Amino acid sequence: MHPVTPVRTYVLIWLTLTIMTFVTFYVSTINLGALNVVVALGIAFFKMMLVVWFFMHVRSDNPLTKLFVFAGFFWMAILFVFTLGDYFSRSWMPGGKFW
Amino acid sequence: MADTHAVATGHSAGHSGDSPHLRHHFDDMGQQFDSATFGMWVFLLTEIMFFGGMFGAYAVYRSMYPDAFAATSNFMNPAFGAANTAVLIVSSLSMALAVRAAHLGQQKFLQLMLVATMVFGTAFLVIKGFEYHEHWVDMKVPLFPGHWAWDGPLAPPQYAHQAQILFCFYFFMTGFHAIHMIVGLGIMTTILMMARKGTFGPSYYTPVEVSGLYWHFVDIVWIFLFPLLYLIGHTKNLY
Repeated sequence: MHPVTPVRTYVLIWLTLTIMTFVTFYVSTINLGALNVVVALGIAFFKMMLVVWFFMHVRSDNPLTKLFVFAGFFWMAILFVFTLGDYFSRSWMPGGKFW
Repeated sequence: MADTHAVATGHSAGHSGDSPHLRHHFDDMGQQFDSATFGMWVFLLTEIMFFGGMFGAYAVYRSMYPDAFAATSNFMNPAFGAANTAVLIVSSLSMALAVRAAHLGQQKFLQLMLVATMVFGTAFLVIKGFEYHEHWVDMKVPLFPGHWAWDGPLAPPQYAHQAQILFCFYFFMTGFHAIHMIVGLGIMTTILMMARKGTFGPSYYTPVEVSGLYWHFVDIVWIFLFPLLYLIGHTKNLY
């Protein structure tokens, strides 16, 4: 079983999540070009890690559960890398188009 | 073991001092807790793949039509999206506090936090309902014939078709997310009824912990939906 997390920690995580929501909203109003989506996904990933690590107690889980959590995200990364790798590389070939 | 005739659900005759909640096929409460947590994560991996497929398709189409998606995003109301993000994050906090209260055996606070989680979850769905209604009035529901219109200064005519693609993604992704919220509310109702009977305490709070994992997962899906659906067009037209 997990050790008991102090209320203080949970409230601090919640505060960080709320602040990051404001940050992602504010950043979206600034035109950074292609960087906008990178920043938005970076903040979302950071928020996700806070939820997974503290709220979902993965930091206290045993190594087997940790491995499976990692495997889930790794598997999704494969989905994205292969799918987008296909579409983005099509235009590299002579006469190739994205679609 | 001597107690081969013990009832399948209980283990009370086995080791003195064991919780009545210990199922027969586990060695101790710790192993039972770890197995339940692990099993829930295996289920959540299938959920990651379920939503991952939609996010993957979204990524392909957004790469294909970046300007059309940015223009269409202006027809979504970021105030609704931001409010719902805040509501869901608070519900995750109350869920985490509910698990903690169950772990410590604080029965009253556990029930209070479960009710709070359900209230915030319901608030999310109500806000979502108002938002869907706004899209319906605004004629931005391409799934229903006769409920799609693409006109006005914010609607470049060359994006008339591609705009419908983003709104289809919007309704499918937020719709499946909302279904998960409704399922979560059902789970919370069950957990609340168990909590009212005083089921949970320091030696047994696994159902609360595992339900919490589900609730937080649904929160994470929204954490990604909010910037990807609502915030991609801001820089182009509104500011």
